[in-house]
Parts: sequence; C-alpha cells; structure tokens
Amino acid sequence: MKILVAYKRVVDYNVRIQVRPDGSGVVTEGVKLSANPFDDIALEEALRLRDKGLATEVIVATIGPADCQAHLRNGLAMGANRAIHVVSDEAVQPLTAARVLLKLVEKEQPGIVILGKQAIDDDASQTGQMLATLWGRPQATFASKVEINGETARVTREVDAGLEVLDVDLPAVITTDLRLNEPRFIKLPDIMKAKSKPMETIAIADLGVPAAALLTTTHYAPPAKRSKGVMVKDVAELVAALKSKGLA
Amino acid sequence: MSKILVIAEHLNGKLNSATSRCVTCANAIKADSIDVLVLADAPEAIAAEAAQIAGVSKVLTIANAANAHALAQVLAPQIAKVAAGYTHVLAPSTTFGKDLLPCVAALLGVAQVSDVMAVEDSHTFKRPIYAGNAIITVKAPADQTVVATVRTASWPTTGNGGSASVEPVAGDAALPTHTRFVELQQGKSDRPDLQSARKVVSGGRALGSSDAFSIIYSLADRMGAAVGASRAAVDAGYVPNELQVGQTGKIISPDLYVAIGISGAIQHLTGIKDAGTIVAINKDGDAPIFEIADYGLVGDLFQIIPELEKSL
Ligand SMILES: Cc1cc2nc3c(=O)[nH]c(=O)nc-3n(C[C@H](O)[C@H](O)[C@H](O)COP(=O)(O)OP(=O)(O)OC[C@H]3O[C@@H](n4cnc5c(N)ncnc54)[C@H](O)[C@@H]3O)c2cc1C
Ligand SMILES: Nc1ncnc2c1ncn2[C@@H]1O[C@H](COP(=O)(O)O)[C@@H](O)[C@H]1O
Repeated sequence: MKILVAYKRVVDYNVRIQVRPDGSGVVTEGVKLSANPFDDIALEEALRLRDKGLATEVIVATIGPADCQAHLRNGLAMGANRAIHVVSDEAVQPLTAARVLLKLVEKEQPGIVILGKQAIDDDASQTGQMLATLWGRPQATFASKVEINGETARVTREVDAGLEVLDVDLPAVITTDLRLNEPRFIKLPDIMKAKSKPMETIAIADLGVPAAALLTTTHYAPPAKRSKGVMVKDVAELVAALKSKGLA
Repeated sequence: MSKILVIAEHLNGKLNSATSRCVTCANAIKADSIDVLVLADAPEAIAAEAAQIAGVSKVLTIANAANAHALAQVLAPQIAKVAAGYTHVLAPSTTFGKDLLPCVAALLGVAQVSDVMAVEDSHTFKRPIYAGNAIITVKAPADQTVVATVRTASWPTTGNGGSASVEPVAGDAALPTHTRFVELQQGKSDRPDLQSARKVVSGGRALGSSDAFSIIYSLADRMGAAVGASRAAVDAGYVPNELQVGQTGKIISPDLYVAIGISGAIQHLTGIKDAGTIVAINKDGDAPIFEIADYGLVGDLFQIIPELEKSL
C-alpha cells in the first residue's frame, strides 16, 4: 500500500504575522517558511505505518511555487520515498488543492491519503474533506490515533464532545490533529540521502484541473487589539474589581 | 434575495446552541427566509427546539437511521440535495461543521468560506487567517451557492420565541456505508459547557499534574464556571482534549475568562480574544498573557487560588 501525504509549505508558526499598512496582504518577504505543523505530523504517521510494514511507499506532494523543492527535500530527508511537486506560482485555494490531489490519487492509487487538519496560513480546514468527497471515499478528520486492521482503519478523532472512534474502509482520507504523534527530527546523513531521492515536477496547468470561480480576498486588516488592562496587587483587589463588574 | 439553510448541530437528542448562533449570522445577511435542517435518526425533539429560535421560517427534517451519528460523508449528499433551493448553506465552525461543510461545498463545486466573523453583504464576509493575526475580507462568487461555516464566538445566540413549522423532507436513498461509527468517549461532567459558559476558568502547564488541576475545578465550581485548559495541559494529560482552548481547540467568548498558569502563546490567545473580561494569574510578570488581560495578578497560583476561592 502506498500512502500519499499532502505537505504544504507555510509561514513558520513562530513568525509574528504583520499586515501591510495598505491592506494588500501580509508581509512574507524574508519571513521563515516551514512545513505546516499538521503536515509534518501527517508525514510522521505515514512513516510509522511504513516502519510497521503496513505501507510500502510514502509519497509527499506539494502544490506551490518553484522554490518549494527545498521544502519537499525536507520531507524526503524525514523519510518519504519520493516527492511530487505540482508547480503553481499562485497560492491555490482548498477546492483547487483537493482537485489537484485527486489527480495525484488517480495516478498513484494510494491506500491512504494523509493531510493536515488545517493549513496554519489560511486556517481553512477544508482540503481533506473536499478530497474525500470528490474521490467518493471515507474521511476521518482531526485524528489523534490511527490503527490499520487489514482493509479498514480505526481512527480516533478529536471532536468538541470528546473522542470519537470511527471505522473506515480503505482507501480513505485522514487529517491529522496535533496529538497524533511527535514528528522526528531530520538527521544530517538523511539530508544527504534525500538529494538522490526521486522528485517529479508537474505544471498545474498540465493536470487538467477545471478552473473554478473561487473566493476573492479584497482586504487584509490587523485584528482588533485588546487594550492592556491593569495589574492588581492582591486577591482582595482582584475580587473587588470583578464584583464592580458584576462578575463575582 | 437570500434564502438561507442552516444545518442544525445536535448531540444526544439536544440541539447545540451553536445552531442559534448561526441563525444570528444568517440574520446579518438580511435573509428573506432562514430554514434549519435537522438530520437525525429521530429528529422530532431536536426540530421542536429549532422551531423556537426567533426568526426561523421553517425547520426541515430528514429522519434516517443512517443519520444517528454525524458522519460527514453520509450527511453531505442529503444536504447538497436540499441545498438546491437555497442561496446560502451555513453550519457552525465547530468540529461538526468543519468536518461536514467542505463536503457539501465539494458536492456543489463551490469554494467554502470558513469561520465567518462578520457579514459585509450577502456575498462578502470577514474571516480570520494566520491564527487570527490577520482578518481578511472575502467575496464569494455572486452566481453560486455560498457555503460558509460560522465562527460561533463572533455571534451571540438568538433568543427564542419563534414558532416555525416543521416539515419532513425525503432523504437521499443511496448513502455510503464505508464509514462506521464505533463510539464517542465523552467525559461526563455536570459543569457548564465550555463553548456556551458565561464564565471559564482555565489552567495551564503550571498546574504540573492532573491531581493539582483539581484546584482549577474547585475554583470553577465555586464560580459556576466551565473549565478550560491550554494545549500544554492537555498534552501533559492533566485534562481531556475537549477542554483545550485556542486555535486548535475551542474558540470561546465568555463574559469572564480566568487564565491560570498559562503563558499566553498566540495559539492560546486566538481562542479567548472575544472574551468580555480576561483575568490572568501567573508568577512571571513578563508573561505575554498580561498583554491582553484586563486584570493581571503576579504570584504563585498555588497560594492565590485557594485564597481567591475563599474570597468569592
Ligand atoms: C499549530 C499549533 C497549534 C496550537 N494550538 C494551541 C491551542 O489551541 N491552545 C493552546 O493553549 N496552545 C496551542 N498551541 C501551543 C502553544 O504554542 C503553547 O505551547 C501552549 O499554549 C503553552 O501552554 P501553557 O501556557 O500552559 O504552558 P507554558 O507556555 O509552559 O506556560 C506556563 C506558564 O505558567 C507560569 N507558571 C509556572 N508556575 C507557576 C505558578 N506556580 N504559579 C503561577 N504561574 C506559574 C509560567 O510563568 C508560564 O507563563 C499550539 C501550538 C502550535 C504549534
Ligand atoms: N498547496 C498545498 N500543497 C500541499 N498540501 C496542501 C496544500 N493546500 C492544502 N494542503 C493540505 O490540506 C491540508 C488542509 O489545508 P486547508 O484546507 O487549506 O486548511 C493541509 O494541512 C495540507 O495537508
């Protein structure tokens, strides 16, 4: 069984995002870029399934500009067998990403596709669900535990009410939550090895993905700021303040 | 002329208040009609609750044993069919709506607007990106169904007082069987629900153990508050995952939020920015949580909390 991992490059989660004063976007020049944290978890899960002998091959795929190759090399250094780079100079929205991934699914016929539950740039949380729908296969989103039992997977999902357990027939789509695993660190020799691993490059236009009328972003703004409050010196002062607001 | 369909969220035969928050958002779109769709094995009681939400025109029900649990790939084709007569399909941006609505959008072949926090006009919305560090204005295509999840923390519940009619509609016959519900592991609790509570007391990594976390529960009980936690506290196993507040947990908007032994990482702050009043208790006077707290108290929580509980 092959596992396909959707591996997006985003602004590193430690970067303090700044909105441009003219509202045209956020500042991305010179900003550190990294794998989406949920996608590192997706890749780690795929590698663990392969290590257990449940998968034969792990493929990382990204849809992004030409300079995403270094990002994919990181995925290869982590342990993926090969990479697919769908080159798109423009950022793709989830529906397009899902349609592109469906093309890769049709070509590679994976038993499982693992994605992050959300990309921490657009925070959309849509692509995995859209892919499962277009593919006509099961989805288990927000996974915190995955067990493969032959032709099915038992997935524990983090939902608002607690933990939900589902059985899904394979092939299936899984999206990762943060507690699924802790991704391994890349070791230096693996970076060297990754250089000779196969990387396929496909222009997005060559995939025949239908053009869609999507969302247009017209303005970016910084969030409303909460003003800094006051420091109280002790519990008595805190309780008095809460009482005056009718909160205690 | 907007005709809006709101997908009801429910659990154990009860309507979730997130549904009412979606109706508030629907009202902001200036709809001609707002219908609520209940998919369940036995939708009657849930539909009766939904019919009371002020401003709801009609409650539609699809009764089917396959709808006993909210499986996205089972519900989505039924919703997509009903959606044909509507300009908008809304669901709350809870794990229920996040799991389900993109499937509906994909079936309709349209993009989805996630986490609507404000409505500019029927097709223009504001939503957060980058963990709430930027707010974008997005326009959905005018000639397509708008499919959107509603950021519940941005919208109050709508009052009751409605008396909408309830109409069963035919479901989709061919539903997939490739996904099977096994169980829901739910922490039993008599405490207020984290997502709708007026007061929330949260603990962080500083608590150090699940035993020590009991002082948070005790203070919360004293205050009639729900209990929340930082991701670090959940990861360390002090409390179950459903208590996590933040970007990847619950986004909440209580009147009062008390953060105890929580540093205030941006991912946590994203979840509490809409709270009315924020209180922070932390032994580090430079902790970022104090940047957004209305009242900050520097000190050791193990001394402060018992004292606070006594004075309330
Ligand atoms: C993609 C991503 C998503 C994330 N999503 C979330 C999320 O949804 N929610 C979330 O909370 N985090 C989230 N995080 C994690 C977040 O970055 C922080 O690591 C986390 O919030 C830290 O939790 P904490 O404040 O409890 O712990 P710490 O940062 O370790 O802070 C502990 C605090 O307790 C104080 N303290 C220690 N002892 C005492 C004492 N005796 N008395 C008083 N104060 C004391 C310390 O001064 C410190 O400020 C996410 C991270 C990533 C990468
Ligand atoms: N451009 C992309 N390249 C690779 N994977 C992507 C891309 N966009 C989305 N994904 C995958 O879809 C997940 C959810 O993204 P989103 O729906 O944008 O929140 C991500 O965590 C990735 O696994």
